[in-house]
Amino acid sequence: MSARIFRYGVLTVLGAFFLLPLVAMLEFSTRGGLGGGRDFSAWTSIADDRALLEAIATSLQLAVLTSALMLVLLLPTMVWVHLRLPALKRLLEFLCLLPLVIPAIVLVVGIASLYSWVTFFLGNSALTLIFVYVVLVLPYAYRALESGLAAMDLRTLSEAARSLGAGWGTVLLRVVLPGVKGAVLSASLLAVALVLGEFTLASLLNFPTLQVAINLTGKRDAALSIAVSLAALLLAFGLLLALSALVGRTRRSRAAPPLAPASQGDPS
Amino acid sequence: MVAGAFVDDAGGLTLDNVRTAASGPYLTAFVRSLQLSAITAVVGAVLGALLAWAVVTGAPDGWLRRVVTSASGVLAQFGGVTLAFAFLATVGFEGLVTVFLRDRGIDLFAGGAWIFELPGLVLVYTYFQIPLMVIVFLPALDGLKPQWLEAARSLGGSSWTYWRRVAGPVLAPAFFGSMLLLFANSFSAYATAAALVSQGSPIVPLQIRNLQTSEVVLGQQNLGRALGLGMVLVVVVVMSAYALLQRRTTRWLQ
Repeated sequence: MSARIFRYGVLTVLGAFFLLPLVAMLEFSTRGGLGGGRDFSAWTSIADDRALLEAIATSLQLAVLTSALMLVLLLPTMVWVHLRLPALKRLLEFLCLLPLVIPAIVLVVGIASLYSWVTFFLGNSALTLIFVYVVLVLPYAYRALESGLAAMDLRTLSEAARSLGAGWGTVLLRVVLPGVKGAVLSASLLAVALVLGEFTLASLLNFPTLQVAINLTGKRDAALSIAVSLAALLLAFGLLLALSALVGRTRRSRAAPPLAPASQGDPS
Repeated sequence: MVAGAFVDDAGGLTLDNVRTAASGPYLTAFVRSLQLSAITAVVGAVLGALLAWAVVTGAPDGWLRRVVTSASGVLAQFGGVTLAFAFLATVGFEGLVTVFLRDRGIDLFAGGAWIFELPGLVLVYTYFQIPLMVIVFLPALDGLKPQWLEAARSLGGSSWTYWRRVAGPVLAPAFFGSMLLLFANSFSAYATAAALVSQGSPIVPLQIRNLQTSEVVLGQQNLGRALGLGMVLVVVVVMSAYALLQRRTTRWLQ
């Protein structure tokens, strides 16, 4: 009985702690001028802010391209290593988890000089960020895909497909991909969330993405930036809630936590 | 980057960068970063573990669990800049709580603008550390087998004995491992601090920002690399300890 009370106590207190800032954001962004009252101009002016809209478009493109590139690079590699080079599995895992050990702020220091070359060859587009972002999402994507691949009998299925005359492309697209649909979905949504929320690299490499724009807006219009922040948080929340519902439906059993950074895996 | 940390501006080998990075304001920044990470890791781990326990005792597919894990995912990984603004709206100079208390004669900022200094960072960091703890600790709690509780009960143990003798020792490696992960997380966090603190550089990531964006720091182009090297070293040590603990965790919990 006392455990029950304690449980509700914990939920109430922490719930309040987490809801308070969100409520405060709503209150702050709808605060009327000196006259008081409620005023939704900050919310409506989101649609008028060109820089902000462009940043949102950039971030969305980055998110889609990053998850696509991540899948194209990672999935075939992982399948290949699983089937043909199991000895390299440790190495691949190590490489994929490496970005967890290097803070993004440190990555910037190392990569800044490299990016002057990227800019030189590919032009000064924010989309060149996908190269670093792919590296950033590797640990999370790897873990999501790994749990998906481990759950299916990859060897038997691919050998069956091969013996029936399928090429490797067919195996990947029509055997492996449907088998790891859930994992692919959660890996890409993770990548999307990560890219939409990324600030460190974009800001220090001077590319105007969503988070950079929010930060900049904060310097001139607090209410507007807080309104956008709240909108972004709620959007991400909706996205993840939908994901958890989807994943919960596709894989009831042995559902690896889609968002756990290196929780069960052991990087060594 | 590692190579750059040991090179001077003319291209010769030197230890000066590393020496500078380990002295004066940079050393202070390292100490503050470590303090910040330690405090938020401990607070985040304890509160996060409690929250995870409160969630796990509910229905495994219930809405509470789904909402909490999704919200945790957002706050722990997506937050960044937006969290800084969330707290400015709450306890900033014109924030909801500040104004509320001011109307009742309490000045939150009597002791100075703490929100932009270390205490403020601790508060905001806790806001994403607790959710991270929930995410990484939930699987461990899920791994506790109900049979263990039943066994303890049938041998005459109370709930306290169960937590003290069975669940506690089984969960301990996971708990401390998660705490280390939290430490590394807040040690390498940048976005929140960058958005919150625009003047001064109390912690290492902000010192690095300073060196990256400043045009007045001459003759120290590789100092940022030395600072980066320092950060990587700390994180590597922490994550290695984490890997060791993880191995112990997986013995009982899978």
